[in-house]
This record gives sequence, C-alpha cells and structure tokens, in this order.
Amino acid sequence: MLMFIIRRLVQTVPVIIGVTFVVFFIMQLVPGDPAVLLAGEGASKDTIEAIREQLGLNRPLYVQYFDYLMNLANGDFGVSLKNSQPVLDEILVRLPITLELALFSILITIVLGMGAGIISAVKPYSMQDVGVMLVALIGISLPSFWFGLMLMYFFSVKLQILPVAGWDSLLHVILPALTLGAGGAAIVARMTRSSMLDVIRQDYIRTARAKGLRERLIIYKHALRNALIPVITVVGLQFGALLGGTVLVESIFAINGLGRMIVDAIRMRDLPMVQGGVLFASLIFVIVNLFVDVFYRFFNKRIELN
Amino acid sequence: MNEKNKPILEVKGLKTYFTTKRGVSKAVDGIDFTLHKGETLGIVGESGCGKSITSLSILRLIPSPPGKIAGGSILFKGNDLVTMSENEMRKVRGNEISMIFQEPMTSLNPVIPVGEQIAEALRLHQKMGRREAWAKSVEMLKLVGIPSPEKRAKQEPFQLSGGMRQRVMIAMALACTPEVLIADEPTTALDVTIQAQILALIKDLQTKIGMGVIMITHDLGVVAETCDKVAVMYAGNIVEHATTEQIFANPKHPYTQGLLASLPKIYEDQEELRTIEGSVPSSYNMPAGCRFASRCPYQEAICTAQQPELVEQSDGSKVRCWKYTEQWTGQVEQEEVV
Ligand SMILES: Nc1ncnc2c1ncn2[C@@H]1O[C@H](COP(=O)(O)OP(=O)(O)O)[C@@H](O)[C@H]1O
Ligand SMILES: [Mg+2]
Repeated sequence: MLMFIIRRLVQTVPVIIGVTFVVFFIMQLVPGDPAVLLAGEGASKDTIEAIREQLGLNRPLYVQYFDYLMNLANGDFGVSLKNSQPVLDEILVRLPITLELALFSILITIVLGMGAGIISAVKPYSMQDVGVMLVALIGISLPSFWFGLMLMYFFSVKLQILPVAGWDSLLHVILPALTLGAGGAAIVARMTRSSMLDVIRQDYIRTARAKGLRERLIIYKHALRNALIPVITVVGLQFGALLGGTVLVESIFAINGLGRMIVDAIRMRDLPMVQGGVLFASLIFVIVNLFVDVFYRFFNKRIELN
Repeated sequence: MNEKNKPILEVKGLKTYFTTKRGVSKAVDGIDFTLHKGETLGIVGESGCGKSITSLSILRLIPSPPGKIAGGSILFKGNDLVTMSENEMRKVRGNEISMIFQEPMTSLNPVIPVGEQIAEALRLHQKMGRREAWAKSVEMLKLVGIPSPEKRAKQEPFQLSGGMRQRVMIAMALACTPEVLIADEPTTALDVTIQAQILALIKDLQTKIGMGVIMITHDLGVVAETCDKVAVMYAGNIVEHATTEQIFANPKHPYTQGLLASLPKIYEDQEELRTIEGSVPSSYNMPAGCRFASRCPYQEAICTAQQPELVEQSDGSKVRCWKYTEQWTGQVEQEEVV
C-alpha cells in the first residue's frame, strides 16, 4: 500500500510539469498584449517596449518558460500585473474559500447521492424508486446557474431564511454548496442504484441469503460495500467537474474564491494571476485524483498491482 | 440405509416455474424424493435439467420474480418449508439446511474476510459472541484442511485459490452442524485432484456430523464415489430413482442407460465418448408424451401420446418409462430385430 502511494506520487510529477507547460503556452496564445494593457491608453511605443523589457516579455518563449519553472520551484508565482502584489498571497487567501465550498458540495453529492441511490435500489421499480430517479434525472438536466438562481430566489428572497450572497457564516455555504453538489448527487444516485442492483444479483448475495441473514444485513453489509467501489470513482470524477463549477457558483453568489479570482484576472488580462490560479486549480485536481486512487485501492484490494 | 426411520427431508410433487416474457418455464415439474439422516442422495442429469433449481427451491432461494414454487411440499422434520414464514425459513437456512454452490470463485463476498463470513452465521444461529464465533470459524477452517487457518481467516477471497475457496464454503456450510447439506456441483469448477479431495472432505465430515447430503452432479463418477441412492433427472422430472448399485448394475430408463454408455470406460479401448443423440425439449414447451421420447431408441406410439408415471419396480427402484408398464407392446423393437 505504501509502495503504491509512493509510486502514484512519483507519477504525478510529470503530470504537474505538463500542466505548467500547458498553462504557460496557452497564456501566450491568448489575444491581447499585457504590456499594452499595462502602459495604458495612448502610451508611446517606447513606453510599451520598456515595460516589455522590464517584464522580460521580449525574450524567447522557451527562456521565459524555463524562467517561469525556476520561479515556481522557488515558490515564486510572479506578481499581479494589476496591483503588483505577489500572486501566491492572493491565491492563499482565495484557496481556502474555494476548498471549503468544494468540500461541502462534495459532501452533499455523496450523502444525498448515495442515500437516494440506496433508497431506490432496495425497492426497484417501486413508487419510491421511480420518484427518486425522476428527481435525479431533473437534477442532471438542470443548468446549475439556473438552479442556483432559483434556490436564491426561493430561500433568500421569498422565504428569507438564508443569506443571498457572500461568505461569512455556515449559513452562507448552504445554497452555493447545494447548487454545486446537486448535479453530482443526481449522477451518484443513479450510479449507486445501478451498482446496487448489479451487486444484488451476484452469487455471494445468494450465499448470504443461504446463510439465513436478514435482508437488511445483506443490503448494508454484503451488498453496499461492493456496490460503492465503482461509485467512489464517480465521486472522484465529480470532484473534478465540481472544481470547474466553482467559477460559476462563486460568481452567482459573490464568493471571493479562486474561481472568481481567475475570472476577474482573465478579464483584466492579469497573466501571472491567471497562470497561478489555473495552476493551483490543476494541482487540486491532481491531488484529488491521487486520493481517489488510494481510496479506491483501499476499498478494492482485488485490483492488485498489474 | 435407515429404511425404517422417518426421513428428515421429504420432497413431494415439487414444481418450480419461471414466468417470463417467453412464457412459463417448467424448470422443475413435479419431483419426489426423500433423504434420511446420514444418507447421501445423488441428483444427476444434464445441464439445464433443473438440478440447481431443485436445490434452491428447498432453501426457498429461487429468484422471485420470475421464479415461484408452483406446487408440492418440502417436509423438513415434518414442517413444510414451502408454506413456512420467511422468519422461520431464515432460521433453517445455514443452520439446519446448508448449501454449497457450484461457483467457488464468485460465491464468497470479495470484500469481507473469509473468517468473518463464517463467523456471522455462528453469531446469528448459535448466538455466539464475536470472539467465540471467530475462534470457531478458525477451527472450521482447520477442519476443512486449510493450512495456517488463523492467518487465512483474516484474508479476503482474492487471496485464496479456487480449491481453498470451496473449502471455505464447506466450512461456512458446516459451521452450524446442519442436518442436511445440499452440495450443488461442488467440484465442477475445480481441477481433478482438488475434486477428489473436496469429495473426500465432504464424505469425512458427513460421517462426523451424521448429516444427510444431497449431492448434485452431472458426473456419474461422483455418484459412484459418494452416493447411496440416485435420482436421475431429465427435463424437470425424475426419470429413475434407485440405489447406486442398481443404477450402475441394472439401469432401467433409456436415458440412464445412455448416460452410463457415455461414461469413459477404463478397460475398453474407446476411441471417442458416446453421447446421446438429439436435444432436451425446451422447458417452455414440453411435449405431451414422454420428455425423452424424441431421443429414445425404443420409442413407440404411446411414448409421444402420454407421459409415463414414475412407477415402482419389483426391486424397489422407480422408473418413469412406458417400457416397464403393461401398456408396452414391444413391437417396434421386434420389427427392428426381424
Ligand atoms: N431465472 C430464470 N428464468 C427463467 N428460467 C430459468 C431461470 N433459472 C433457471 N431457469 C430454467 O430452469 C432450468 C433448469 O435450470 P438449472 O436448475 O439451473 O439446471 P441445472 O440442472 O444445470 O442445475 C433451465 O433450463 C432454465 O430454463
Ligand atoms: Mg446447476
């Protein structure tokens, strides 16, 4: 197990380098010249050239990339073109907010999704199953910006029981997390159901019945553990999708997280800020995948090293 | 053996049907047999003749829907399992009647240590505490010949070979010292040397515990080694019921004769195995007459017209064949001879 974790860690190194490569070069392709932008309107050609010189933007690309990597290795993510503050400082303020949002969302995805899936699977084709699966289908089809606005309208404007926007208390977390987690919950519910129904037909469930166990024990001890193995992978994938979703949800609910920071930085053509933000988001993604892999392996030791 | 005692298991007119889109499949269609303490009954027949459905019916483990016990009774120590409440039935399963399945690779839960899979039955039926049940399950693993049982008990099935897993299944089935063990092709999925070991193990434990065994197999070799009496099944029916000696020395039903003829013979130089020509009728659409008629070398008019009954013969065996009744004319055979 330890060997596996170490090997898996080593494998992430080329992935991270690849990410820096992509992040760096995509930014080069983005239209708009940061030097022009910084110089402000009507600046002379010389001023722009001077800013280029100063930022090192006139050097060959590979030199700039290498330089960029070296700086990263030293924990230097550059300074914002907008306010000359270190990018890392800004990210470290924003990151915990986004992580908190993501964690609450994935919690909703897991608890709501698995719960609904189990309720469906224990009585397939019953009213409760059809009802839950209908809700899940709607949950998958709803666009999250619309769903978020509806939640906001209903709970904050109409009922006035939850705050509209911002990020001050735990109450503020509920609606954004629900918006972000709902789609995943629907997918996890369907996955849990189909996985459970598949497991219940297996020979070892028949063995458990032949032993005289109660149906409840058969479901929760013998079936669920096996059924959840594929669901864990889906949850991991959902976490990735969810990170992308933070951009939207943070904008809707005016949350100053990493997603909103990236959007703002893109709008301002704040190149180092965008690079830093995307790099961090990718890093989270890689780490989450690592966790999912280790988790999956823990739950399913049958997939031995091969 | 134990002829005069009351049987522990008495199956009468058992019918198990499957209702599907294609119609009704009469997988088991009116079978009778009895089992006494310490006795081994073999149930033989080709794949698909209803052996597994028979055994699953006894423990009421037929997947339902689509399956259903459509008639008959299964008396276990005088109580009918067919009409028993689900609660009472659970007390029988794994406790008084146990089962070993054909598929050792898939019949154990892949994510639960094998020791726990044995121990849970002990906690449930014998009301043992955790420690006691665990100790007993290690003891059971030792009894079925698994080396270093303390270590193995903590392992999950993927760490065990097929033969070991079947031993675990046996340990699980016998943990609560059942009165009846149903072994559904327990060795089919295993290689030959392991097969012999597993059969010997079941036999050995049977004498220790004194239970009745229903040995289900498609292999007459297994019957010869382990059984006291045999029920030969064909297309959901029992076509012949006799002691093991009678079956091998004097097989009566043409199907049984065919099965025996297709056994490899050690003393003869046989180029290839003989098989019975033709195929089994569909369980969805059984013929009105004898179900074996289309494959039978002795077929006469009455065979396709009406189904024969299972009739007791002078030697105590039972046969479901017109040849052994007064209605038999014997004309077809004579014509062929002339
Ligand atoms: N789930 C099912 N649905 C419909 N028919 C079934 C089902 N299970 C078994 N059967 C029918 O029962 C017959 C007997 O099956 P089985 O008892 O498993 O045979 P075997 O003698 O090989 O153990 C099969 O030929 C099949 O037609
Ligand atoms: Mg079978």
